[in-house]
Amino acid sequence: MAMKIGDKPFKERVSDGINDAFMRGAVASAQGRFRSGRLNAAEELGNWEEWRKLGEEIRSHTIENLDYYLELLSENVIKRGGHVFFAKTAEEANEYITKVVKEKNGKKVVKSKSMVTEEINMNEALERAGCEVIESDLGEWILQVDDHDPPSHIVTPALHKNKEQIRDVFKEKLGYDKTEKPEELALFAREKLREEFLQADIGITGCNFAIAESGTISLVTNEGNARMVTTIPKTQITVMGMERIVPTWEEMEVLVSLLTRAAVGQKLTSYITALTGPRQEGEADGPEEFHLVIVDNGRSNILGTAFQSILHCIRCAACINVCPVYRHVGGHSYGSIYPGPVGAVLTPLLGGYDEYKELPYASTLCAACTEACPVKIPLHEHLLRHRQEIVEKEGKAPVFENLSMKAFSLGTASPAMYNIGSKLAPTALGFFSADDKISKGPGPLKNWTDIRDFPAPKKNRFRDLYKKRQKGGEE
Amino acid sequence: MKVSLFVTCLIDIFQTDVGMDTVELLERLGCEVEFPEKQTCCGQPAYNSGYVDKAKDSMKHMIRVFEQADYVVTPSGSCATMLKEYPHILKDETEWEARAQALANKTYELTQFIVEVLGIEDVGAKLKGTATYHTSCHMTRLLGVKEAPLKLLSHVEGLEMKPLPHNYNCCGFGGTFSVKMTPISEQMVDEKVQSVEEAGADILIGADCGCLMNIGGRIDRKGKPIKVMHIASVLNSR
Ligand code: SF4
Repeated sequence: MAMKIGDKPFKERVSDGINDAFMRGAVASAQGRFRSGRLNAAEELGNWEEWRKLGEEIRSHTIENLDYYLELLSENVIKRGGHVFFAKTAEEANEYITKVVKEKNGKKVVKSKSMVTEEINMNEALERAGCEVIESDLGEWILQVDDHDPPSHIVTPALHKNKEQIRDVFKEKLGYDKTEKPEELALFAREKLREEFLQADIGITGCNFAIAESGTISLVTNEGNARMVTTIPKTQITVMGMERIVPTWEEMEVLVSLLTRAAVGQKLTSYITALTGPRQEGEADGPEEFHLVIVDNGRSNILGTAFQSILHCIRCAACINVCPVYRHVGGHSYGSIYPGPVGAVLTPLLGGYDEYKELPYASTLCAACTEACPVKIPLHEHLLRHRQEIVEKEGKAPVFENLSMKAFSLGTASPAMYNIGSKLAPTALGFFSADDKISKGPGPLKNWTDIRDFPAPKKNRFRDLYKKRQKGGEE
Repeated sequence: MKVSLFVTCLIDIFQTDVGMDTVELLERLGCEVEFPEKQTCCGQPAYNSGYVDKAKDSMKHMIRVFEQADYVVTPSGSCATMLKEYPHILKDETEWEARAQALANKTYELTQFIVEVLGIEDVGAKLKGTATYHTSCHMTRLLGVKEAPLKLLSHVEGLEMKPLPHNYNCCGFGGTFSVKMTPISEQMVDEKVQSVEEAGADILIGADCGCLMNIGGRIDRKGKPIKVMHIASVLNSR
C-alpha cells in the first residue's frame, strides 16, 4: 500500500464516508473516548501547556539540526555493529530492504506497526520478491486479513471497523467461530500471530524515536508485538522517516510522555521497547544483524520551507481524534494513509497538489487540531498556507472563485466600492427572497441554500440605520 | 469612554438589528460610540480562501480607518481574531506590521470589552427563556475569550442557561467551507442542531454571526422551534 489509497475522486470518497453509518458510529465513539482520555491524562500530568512548549522546543531544535543528529545516530548505530542506509526515495528504500531479505534467504517477515513502510509500499515490494509479510500489530493484522483494507487512522488503523465487523472478517477469512467479545478476538489473533513469530526469519519495525546519542531505536506499543519482532527473528530491519529522531534519552522521555498521553490518554503504554544495535556478546537476546533504513522520500524538500514544522509531528493522532471533519467523513476520505489534519497538511507536501488539492479545503479552520497537538504544530495555519500556495503560486483556483475574490478586494479595500456593492445586495438577491429569507439562492449561494436558509439582505444596511439615528439625535 | 464600532460586513448587510443592539448596549454602559463609515470587511473571506494578497488590501484599508480609534469593539469573535492576526500576516512589511500591531492591541470582541475593559458583568438585561450558548471556534481557541460571554449571560434576569453538549465541536460554517464542502458542512451543522435540542433550550445564543447564520439557517430549514439570537441582542433585551 502506498501513501495513496483508493482511486475514487475526493467527492465520491467523502460521500462514501458520510454514508457509512457503521464507520461513523465507530469513529464518533472512539473520538469521545480519546478526547476525554487525553484531557484527563494532561490534567494529571499538570502544566500541560509547559510540557507542550517543551515538546515544541525539542522538536524544533532537533529538526533545525537534523543533519547533525542523523549523522550522530548513524555513527552510533555503526559503532554497535549495525548497518545504516539513507534512502532518498521509496524505491531506494525498498531495493535495499529487499536486498537484505534476499541475502538472508528470508521467506517470512513479521512486522510491527509502521506508517513509513506503508508510505513506501514496502510490503508489496517484498511480496513481489517472493516473501510473505505478516503484520503483527492487531489493527494492521485485521486489515491485512481483510484483503488489505487500507488504514483509516495512524494510531488505530482499523478504527473504522467495529467489533462485529472484525468478528465477521475473522470468521470469513480464518474460520473463527467465537463471539465479538474483544478478549476472544484478541486471544484468537494472539494464537495465530504466535505461530507466525516463531517461523519468521526477518523482523521489520518502524520507529517512534531514534535516540542519536546512543544509536537506539525506541518503539511505543500496547501489544508487545514490537518486542517479539525484535527478539525472535535473526535479522532486524528498522525503517524510519528521517525526522523520527531525538538527541538524547532525556528528550525521548519528554516526547514519549507527550505521545502516549496525547494519543490514547495513557501515562505510559504497556510496552516501550528500546533496541541498541544487534545482540552484543554476553547479551541474552536481540537480533544477530541489525539494519537501520532512514527514509527521506520528500521530507528534505519540506525542510527550510514555511511548512517545516510539520516535520515536528510525533504521529500521536490527537489532531485526528478531535477533528470534526474526520469525525464525519472518516480516514479513507482523505485518500492517503495520513488522514485528518496532519494528513491534510502532510499528504499534499509528499504527494503533490495535483492529486491532493482538495485536502487543505476540507477544514473549517476551527483550530481544534492546533489546540490538541502536543508539540504545538500550527496545523490550521499550515492548511491556510496550502490554500495560499494553491491560489497564488500554483494558480490552481477555480475561475469563478478568482473573479469573486477580485470583486471582494475591490469592494473591501475601497469604501466607495463597498458602499455600492452592499447597497445593491438586496436588489441583486431580491428575486430570490421570500419574506426575510432565501431558500433557493443563485451561484455559490445555491450550495448554501441546498441545506439551509439564508437571510435576505436588509433594505437598509446597518450604516443607513445608524446615519438616520444620528440625524434623529441631532434634530 | 470612546469606542469605535467595527460592525462587520455580515451585520452591516444582513443582521442590522445586531448592530443597533450593540450600539445601544454600549451607550447604555456609558460608552460614546462612533461608527467610522469607511469601514468595510476584515478580509477574512479572502484570507481564509488563500487570497492573501487580496486580503492584505482590505486589511490595510481597515488599519487606516481605525488608526485614530482608542478602542475598536466588534460583535464578532471571528472578526476580532482576524484583526488580531493582522500583525502576523503583515510581518514582512515593517511599517504595516507596527500599524497592525497598534490596531490589534486596541481591538476587543464585544463581551470581552464589557467584562475586561469596562469591568461589568451585569448589564441589567432581562429576557425570559431557556437558552444555551454556542462557543464559536475562533473566539474560544484563537482569541481565547471563553468566560466573558457566560459571565454576562449568567446575570441576565429571567434567562436560564443550559450547557451545550459537545460545545467544542465546530458548527461546520468555516466561511467558504460551508459552500465548498457542503455535504460535510451539513453533517456538522446537523450534529450541532441535535446538540442544541439535547440541551433542551429554546434559544440558541452566539457571538458570531457566521456561525449563527449557519446554525440558524439549518434550524429554519428544518422548522425547529428554536430561536437564534446574537449575544448583543440578548444583552440589550430589557
Ligand atoms: S500533527 Fe500534532 S497532533 Fe497531529 S499527529 Fe502530529 S503530533 Fe499529533
